[in-house]
Amino acid sequence: MTSTISPTTTTSALGGVVHRKEDPALIQGHGKYTDDIKFTGEVAAAFTRSPFAHATINSIDTDAARAMPGVHAVYTIEDVRHLGTLLAQVPVGALRPLLADGVVKHVGEAVAMVVADNRYLAQDAADAVSVDYDPLEAVIDLKDALSDRVKVHDSLDSNLLISWVGPFGAEPEDQQKVKADIDAAKEGDDVVTVSQEMLNQRLIPVAIEPRAVVADYNPGYGSMTVFSSSQIPHALAGAIGKTLGLLSNQVRVVAPEVGGGFGAKLNVYSDEILVSWASMQLGHPVRWTETRREAAHSTVQGRGWVATATIVGTKDGEILGYQLEGIADMGAYTQNFTVAIPFLGLFVGSGQYKMPTWWKIDCVTTHTNTTDAYRGAGRPEAAYYLERIIDMYAREIGMDPAEVRKKNYIPNDQFPGAVSPVGFAMDTGDYGTNLDALIATSDYAGLRAEQKKAREEGRYLGIGLSSYVEVCGFAPAGLAELGFSWSTYGLPAAFSGSGLVRVNPDGTATVQIGTGPSGQGHETTWAQIVSDRLAIPVEHVKVRHGDTGDSPMGIGTFGSRSAAVDGSATYEASQRVRAKAAKMAAHLLEASEEDVVFANGGAHVAGSPDSSVTWAQIAEIAYMPHKLPEGMEGGLEASVVFNPSNATWPFGAHLAVVEVDAETGNVDLLRYITVDDCGNVINPMIVDGQVHGGIAQGVGQALFEEALYDETGNLLTGTLIDYPLPTAADLPTFELSRTVTPTDINPMGVKGIGEAGTIGSAQTVVNAVVDALAPLGVKHVDMPLRPRRVWQAIQEAKG
Amino acid sequence: MHVSMSVNGREVSGDVEPRTLLVHYLRENLGLTGTHVGCDTGYCGACTVHVDGISTKSCTMLAVQAEGAEITTIEGLASNGELHPVQEGFWERHGLQCGFCTPGMIMQSAYLLAEDNNPDEDTIRHGLDGNLCRCTGYHNIVKAVQYAGARMRSEEPDAPDWEEEGT
Repeated sequence: MTSTISPTTTTSALGGVVHRKEDPALIQGHGKYTDDIKFTGEVAAAFTRSPFAHATINSIDTDAARAMPGVHAVYTIEDVRHLGTLLAQVPVGALRPLLADGVVKHVGEAVAMVVADNRYLAQDAADAVSVDYDPLEAVIDLKDALSDRVKVHDSLDSNLLISWVGPFGAEPEDQQKVKADIDAAKEGDDVVTVSQEMLNQRLIPVAIEPRAVVADYNPGYGSMTVFSSSQIPHALAGAIGKTLGLLSNQVRVVAPEVGGGFGAKLNVYSDEILVSWASMQLGHPVRWTETRREAAHSTVQGRGWVATATIVGTKDGEILGYQLEGIADMGAYTQNFTVAIPFLGLFVGSGQYKMPTWWKIDCVTTHTNTTDAYRGAGRPEAAYYLERIIDMYAREIGMDPAEVRKKNYIPNDQFPGAVSPVGFAMDTGDYGTNLDALIATSDYAGLRAEQKKAREEGRYLGIGLSSYVEVCGFAPAGLAELGFSWSTYGLPAAFSGSGLVRVNPDGTATVQIGTGPSGQGHETTWAQIVSDRLAIPVEHVKVRHGDTGDSPMGIGTFGSRSAAVDGSATYEASQRVRAKAAKMAAHLLEASEEDVVFANGGAHVAGSPDSSVTWAQIAEIAYMPHKLPEGMEGGLEASVVFNPSNATWPFGAHLAVVEVDAETGNVDLLRYITVDDCGNVINPMIVDGQVHGGIAQGVGQALFEEALYDETGNLLTGTLIDYPLPTAADLPTFELSRTVTPTDINPMGVKGIGEAGTIGSAQTVVNAVVDALAPLGVKHVDMPLRPRRVWQAIQEAKG
Repeated sequence: MHVSMSVNGREVSGDVEPRTLLVHYLRENLGLTGTHVGCDTGYCGACTVHVDGISTKSCTMLAVQAEGAEITTIEGLASNGELHPVQEGFWERHGLQCGFCTPGMIMQSAYLLAEDNNPDEDTIRHGLDGNLCRCTGYHNIVKAVQYAGARMRSEEPDAPDWEEEGT
């Protein structure tokens, strides 16, 4: 058996498959994640956590823990109250105290922190901290919470933190008029109204790498070095600095290899602050790594909506209006983007459609763990309700669901710049072509024929469809137009995309970006961008990221934003380096600057490939400026902040084929077919991979996953045994294709792909299951569609 | 307690607390951090290693239970500078994204292919269902294992399923 050490790479330019530069380390066990990086003299932290969802703390007895061998310190809120609360970028609601302050508000809330010689001893001591609680009534149910029968925070007027209402930006009376007009339409002749309350259940993100952090404060240098499993190292550095009274340039945060994020690591956590603070107190590096059970109880969760979707439309498929009204669960404390997540749903509240839309989601606080971003973050929820109710409407009027969708799309002549019914201007779109591509590639007519045959055989085969539109690539200009004021944000951090490109003296290039990737392949994709512009081979481009000590400011990796914003910045920075190098090459080649062409690792004169210089030769004069012509600046480096005029709006259409066993309720996902449109594609292999993973998470929500709390606030699904993720045996091979509608707001025409698979998929699967069971009269089943729930729905439909 | 074993062909020994898990012994005593910990319940498979040739979740075993055993971790899978075909397959077919489940996934895949180097897709999928990946949807992991199987049979692997695109 023989092996090559280097995989086959076919192309190096934009749009070509380049095998990942990240992989050699990761496939040989040499990747270094936070828990793999040791500091001399480090000690370990562990937390004592609340077993109650709501309880008064009468006393905390730490004596026994302090007396245990190897224990350095035990801290409670009394030790850290002066530091203030945990900071958040959208601080609407009650911010989290660093440790529970008098009252615990969710199961798993940290009450005390122990630091000991190692993690075994620290956990032993954390278990020995004795807390005297008086349990109080907890509010878990969303409608109950909205009633304010039990308040979560005395400091707030209500459990209702904020309501997001669309059309966004309209005056309240105009929003009400939209609602009233849709209500009036329901009274019209020959119209059909379909309405359904649906649960979009809470989920646990479950990055396979648990969160980990280690902090090393050096009092001599006055420097704080923190390694953390974070998607937002710059924001974390800002939060640590502001909380601990350090200047931002005293704090260096490194997100080394990060083992998945999915939004859960798009947050600043109290453990990150406390470990850093403890390092200053103790004079040791301090480490903490969460257990999986802790991850379920104290790392943020996602989704958690209950809402009623309503469509009114004609009997021939023209949708006259859409309303969504419901409640979203924020959990007990507001963290980084908590209340902003449903707002992201509002951005895509009317999907790809043109019908008048009224949309209202109330964000309520409950005695549960905090919710925040989870892959898609508000957009999967919005797409779920809209695309489920469209399917129900199609069934009600007896029209094919693909036909109904196509009939109501925003037409192409509205682009670029179509303003959606919920009030947002979108860059580019071509929805009909995209759906047609799905119809063709899936042989939709053939599938329907197959379904007909299956039904005749007594088999329950279902076909589900969904369209979706996504919003991503956020950056300040686009948000400022929506009325966001950055001065209201609660922690000092950039909200921009940046790229720094440098050609080194040996003709290689180094790229520094302010992102915090967790598997998205930035080292490869960014190398392609630079290689495309400078004709330096991909293998000679090194991409550095996730280190606030050596990267330009950036907000991190989330919201499918990195390529569209930081990638565009890197593209522009490469252009600047190229322009500067063209002058130098022209000097060396004794040619006109306009005639310089970059190719094959250097530059040559147009039409004369033999008259060439290498990048190393150009770099030599760049870094030996006395060799440059009079007045030319040395160096080959540029840094650009890219500020796009809008977000980007990818879209797509998905199709699922399922077979349901009506005797057991078991759902078998047979095929999953997608046509996504993320604009231009830099690396098709990486883009496909993002879609695969996104689909799996959407299918996981549809079929398996649920963060389930009992009425007293105990999380019943705190381990991977109770919280089943999709396994390899649960999923089929996916069938992917694309349409390409480039954006007009960035130089590469790229939109973003990180979340598309998730936004399109949960409702696609549910639509397929309900389609399968339609002959039995099943109209809706709430997720997750585990066998028992499907079986029950079948029994209920049968009466 | 004193414990000694062979890890990646090297004899190692040391003193451990009796409760020390094998995975912690590998990571913290031996510095072999390629083997990861992803859960508390033996469910995710990130800690998979080979113990006397058998694929084993090293968080479900005490270090002292491995007394005298031959352990292979991800760091010991490549030999003489050549990747194991499964490692090559994961690189060639984009079988990893964040890379955290990857060492365990590769060790389990290598074990499966050592048992049968020509499994069908269903066998691969069921053979990997004790190893969780949150990034790839398993699509390219299955392709990677198929690629490796072909290499181990000295056959040409199937072409990848992505297409080139220009912008």
